[in-house]
Amino acid sequence: MDFHVISNNFVFLIAQGFFGIGAFTGGTLRLAVPAIILGSTLGIILGLARLSPSPWLYGPAKVYVEFFRGVPLVMVIFWFWFIIPTLIGKSLPEYAVALTAFVVFEAAYLAEIVRAGIQSVARGQVEAAIATGLSKKQLMRHVILPQALRNMIPALVTQFIVLLKDTSLASIIGYVDLTKAAQIVNNREIRPFELYLFIAIVYWLCSYAMSRYARRLESSLSV
Amino acid sequence: MTYHFDWSTLWTGQSGGWLLQGVITTLQIFAVGLIIAIVLGICAGALRTVPIAPLRWLASSYVEFFRNVPLLVWMFFGYFSVPPLLPQAMQDWLFDHGAEFWAAVFALGVYHGARFSEVMRAGIQSIPKTQLEAALSTGLTVGQAYRLIIIPVALRLIIPPATNETVNLLKNSSVALTIGVAELTFQTRQIETYTAKAFEALAAGTVIYLALCLTIASIMARVERRVAIPGLIVQGHTGTS
Repeated sequence: MDFHVISNNFVFLIAQGFFGIGAFTGGTLRLAVPAIILGSTLGIILGLARLSPSPWLYGPAKVYVEFFRGVPLVMVIFWFWFIIPTLIGKSLPEYAVALTAFVVFEAAYLAEIVRAGIQSVARGQVEAAIATGLSKKQLMRHVILPQALRNMIPALVTQFIVLLKDTSLASIIGYVDLTKAAQIVNNREIRPFELYLFIAIVYWLCSYAMSRYARRLESSLSV
Repeated sequence: MTYHFDWSTLWTGQSGGWLLQGVITTLQIFAVGLIIAIVLGICAGALRTVPIAPLRWLASSYVEFFRNVPLLVWMFFGYFSVPPLLPQAMQDWLFDHGAEFWAAVFALGVYHGARFSEVMRAGIQSIPKTQLEAALSTGLTVGQAYRLIIIPVALRLIIPPATNETVNLLKNSSVALTIGVAELTFQTRQIETYTAKAFEALAAGTVIYLALCLTIASIMARVERRVAIPGLIVQGHTGTS
């Protein structure tokens, strides 16, 4: 065992692989952060659509969610990787393909969390709010959303951790994230044990920090 | 867009055989991975609730470590990092018997075992504490109480979230293509490479995955109805990978 391979390649692994600063367009965080923001936005829209009384809104939203929850992420990444060039006539960079695939895929899971969160607000609260004369908009903004968001936080953060780990799959189309960076170094140095153990620890630290933060948030927000 | 659909590409030539091979391999990884995951999940999930601190600690460290690292990294670890550490005879056996298959099964098993244990723990914690106390007061040991009462009851309660996890395990078996296991996604790509019919190949793979997921969900729903304990239910949870 020789951990010099880590210290010698530390800058490449962390700066290029994890943060995305370097010669390649890459980075685990550079993919995960926009995917979380855009995925949540699409997820909220889909989650609200699923609760809408109009079949034109909840029908397509339901099909979308059920479809993407039944297909592996690897498959979705390949769909975008092979189909986008056919549709628009030129190939897009790995970053754009990976980001699109993650946003589209994760939105389906986030939509379910949003829906469950809104449905978790007690029915009596809604009736009481209507009885006091609040409008539909006020009801959503002052009664439902504040409570729903609080209920959603644990599941949301769990999903964000999943997304962070899932970004490792972007390496299969050649996107240089932390996993791909370790593969590149390994091809040169043949030190699989040290390298894969190292990236496992980096992923673990991020996930663990996020879950600890979620637990703190949960207890400070609990009613 | 000048793409010519040619669905016959899926059943002419070798494509049909490849897809079938892929489905079989996917089901094999899924089945073996599921067995490992369930055994690990039940053990670790139960140990996390026992009144013996070192066992709880051991089980928690297993779960926290394996759950918080991407499955892909475990696959690479199982395929590239672990074999060189094994005795020579075992290495030879592995490389004669599909090392990539066993690495994939190992990774799926330990990763989903950690996730299953969370489901199991939630199930056990949803059983009133008085059940364990009643079992102990009748003279059972902690081990007997868990084996005969707590675990069987918990297993019947956790079917909805366990269905989610089982479907996730099936979908995650596709990650095995990264270490060269010829499962369904791998074969889909192979058809794409040989015939240049990306749309048809991916559509076939996607439909097969959807069908397999629906099959699992409907089997589990039937099991759930048969073993349901009237008046008791655990809320399902959302989550992937």
